[in-house]
Amino acid sequence: MLSRTADTLFWLGRYVERADNAARIIDAASRLATVPVPTAARSTEWDSALAAAGAYSAFAARHGEPTRDAAIDFLAFSPANPSSIRSCLETARNNARSVRTALTAEMWEAINGAWMELKRFDGAMMDRQTLNEFLSGVKEACLRFDGSAYRTMLRNDVYYFLRLGFYLERADNTARILDVKYNVLLPHESNVGGGLDYFHWASILRSVSALTAYRWVYHDSLKPWLIADLLILNEQLPRSISSCYGNLATYLDELSQAYGRQGPSQRTARSIRTRIQNTSISEIFQRRGLHEFLTEFIADNARLGEAIAEQYLA
Amino acid sequence: MPEAFDEMTLPDGSNRPGYAFLKRWIDNTSAESLAHRRLEAELLFRRIGITFAVYGQNEAEERIIPFDIIPRVMTRTEWERLSRGLEQRVRAINLFLADLYGSAEILRAGVVPEDLIYQNPNYRPEMVGLKLPHNVYVQIAGIDLVRTGEDDFYVLEDNARTPSGVSYMLENREVMMRMFPDLFAEHRIDPVETYPDELLATLISVAPTTHAEPTVALLTPGPFNSAYYEHSFLADKLGIELVEGRDLLVVDNIVVMRTTEGLKRVDVLYRRLDDEFLDPLTFRPDSILGVPGLMNAYQAGNITLANAVGTGVADDKAVYTYMPEIIRFYLGEEAILKNVPTWRCREKDACTYVLEHLEELVVKEVAGSGGYGMLIGPRSDRAAREEFAHRIKAHPENYIAQPTLALSTCPTFVEEGIAPRHVDLRPFVLTGADKIRIVPGGLTRVALKEGSLVVNSSQGGGTKDTWVLDA
Repeated sequence: MLSRTADTLFWLGRYVERADNAARIIDAASRLATVPVPTAARSTEWDSALAAAGAYSAFAARHGEPTRDAAIDFLAFSPANPSSIRSCLETARNNARSVRTALTAEMWEAINGAWMELKRFDGAMMDRQTLNEFLSGVKEACLRFDGSAYRTMLRNDVYYFLRLGFYLERADNTARILDVKYNVLLPHESNVGGGLDYFHWASILRSVSALTAYRWVYHDSLKPWLIADLLILNEQLPRSISSCYGNLATYLDELSQAYGRQGPSQRTARSIRTRIQNTSISEIFQRRGLHEFLTEFIADNARLGEAIAEQYLA
Repeated sequence: MPEAFDEMTLPDGSNRPGYAFLKRWIDNTSAESLAHRRLEAELLFRRIGITFAVYGQNEAEERIIPFDIIPRVMTRTEWERLSRGLEQRVRAINLFLADLYGSAEILRAGVVPEDLIYQNPNYRPEMVGLKLPHNVYVQIAGIDLVRTGEDDFYVLEDNARTPSGVSYMLENREVMMRMFPDLFAEHRIDPVETYPDELLATLISVAPTTHAEPTVALLTPGPFNSAYYEHSFLADKLGIELVEGRDLLVVDNIVVMRTTEGLKRVDVLYRRLDDEFLDPLTFRPDSILGVPGLMNAYQAGNITLANAVGTGVADDKAVYTYMPEIIRFYLGEEAILKNVPTWRCREKDACTYVLEHLEELVVKEVAGSGGYGMLIGPRSDRAAREEFAHRIKAHPENYIAQPTLALSTCPTFVEEGIAPRHVDLRPFVLTGADKIRIVPGGLTRVALKEGSLVVNSSQGGGTKDTWVLDA
């Protein structure tokens, strides 16, 4: 396959996943915004939504302190934000268009349809119902794209590069969401007592669609370390870092088998995965600190991205 | 202007051969039903993503070419005659190019004036003395034809560089088959879907003999090119890589592409990039679309370019006027397809005549295409004619003029209902080492505006499916 095609597919996967994540983050923050806050406190759901999407400083430089409307516009529609849902879907669609030959008709229709649908929505003055409709539309489009890939693509390098982009992006997003919320909450209280904190922690799980999963896995009320355990170490949760790395390792192995050659990206993925498998949540919390662990992970994950780029995409 | 020939209905009201069933179908289908079908077709095109970009129209970056759901019909007898004419014409063009870049007999014989070739911007001295595999220069030709009567087909243009439009021929058929399966079941319509196979066979046949299993790739200028959809469509149908200049490099005069498994040799490039952009070391140094060193690899015989470099000299509008003589010179035959009588403004008497008769003539720029740079006399106003007269006087060699032809009409579904609209036809002719292949049909373009003769998609033209069938 052409290196350029592989690069385009990899980023196509990343941008579709990023759009989906942004939609979930906005969804969770909108819900959090309906929870009553003590009169003295300023509500921070939009600060953390922006931070979780990696858009806080870009936003602050333009708009200062976040308001609901400005934050939603920036995360969902702003052309100035390269990771807004609109920018992501536009880039994804352009990528899909330029490697149209590598995709199945179903995938193209999913992404092209989402892009055309996008034109119906205008960021300014969007009421809650329209916003919900928009966010569901985005999630459905990503699901349709993902499902079409799963159901219709040949299992060859085209599929593997798409999946690599997808899981690398997902691992990054999960780590960021957890890191941001952790910083917002833990300095004040180390225990989730109820009230506002409860909703904050619930919103983390909601933004990775794992609230019900949590209950099934732990049969317990919301506890910060169990939430971290689920999102970092639980292989069963499709958005956990551990599960993402299982998939990354699998698809990198498939590639090396198809091409008959191993390289730095296989080695990097294996070593990151081994470290995750050999740690426990108490070790993360007590010996290293969650924030330090996540910061290091985000850097490692970026390093894997560079290794893949160097080995295959250049 | 003379009365236009209608391809469905004769002046006495009877149907021409092949059209009886279509007339019945039109009569039995309500306007609402047709409108519904048209909408359905448009949705299909949008979803498949068939769009084209029009230069200089930012807000409408991607549009679809209007598609008319009423097919154009030709009988197999008509088609066979046409196809003999096309084959003859393309055979002569290939011999002409091999001669021009070889011993140039035709110039020495004085059949075509030397300066018309040597001063032509599309003449490439780099090609002189180069022996191409199997002597094929134009592997893919798109010959533009118009019809003015029962037996009168005229060639308007021989597109011998990078003709486009074949994806519309294929997709139009696909959409028609999805929408009207009954019509296809009842009438044995010649399939066009074999085109990708025929094209691939053609490209493989002209590979350099140095390599046993040739790798073919399609070279595109990239997603911003107006025909990008077609490039990706064809690469997909042929199962070949769609490459841009930056995907290729030349190592020791061998063209290779960058892949996820390292560098891989390319033997045949179906290039949809103009000569000037192919190699910045040979042609335009500012081209970022091309591949430095490509011409060296070409001259070393390590790669086949389809079409060859320098074919533009054969489809130039001034050289066009010599086609009947060119066919006679190389094949010893009379041209089966007619040439439109043409005044070459480079000739003094002709120029005077053209300037005196601007109102009746179509004036074209020799190097123009896409319906730009053209004056249609009978439809022009005084100011436009004066402006053209000015331009012709300044550079007579840049212009030719032709009588306004009464292009044939076909029934077309427009705002007012079914009405006749003017059409042309672009069949695609493939020349391989072994034989010439033509799929029956081609791209019919239709001028949707009443009375309009301009069929170009950039100027409000649409397309139709073209059916060749037993009458």
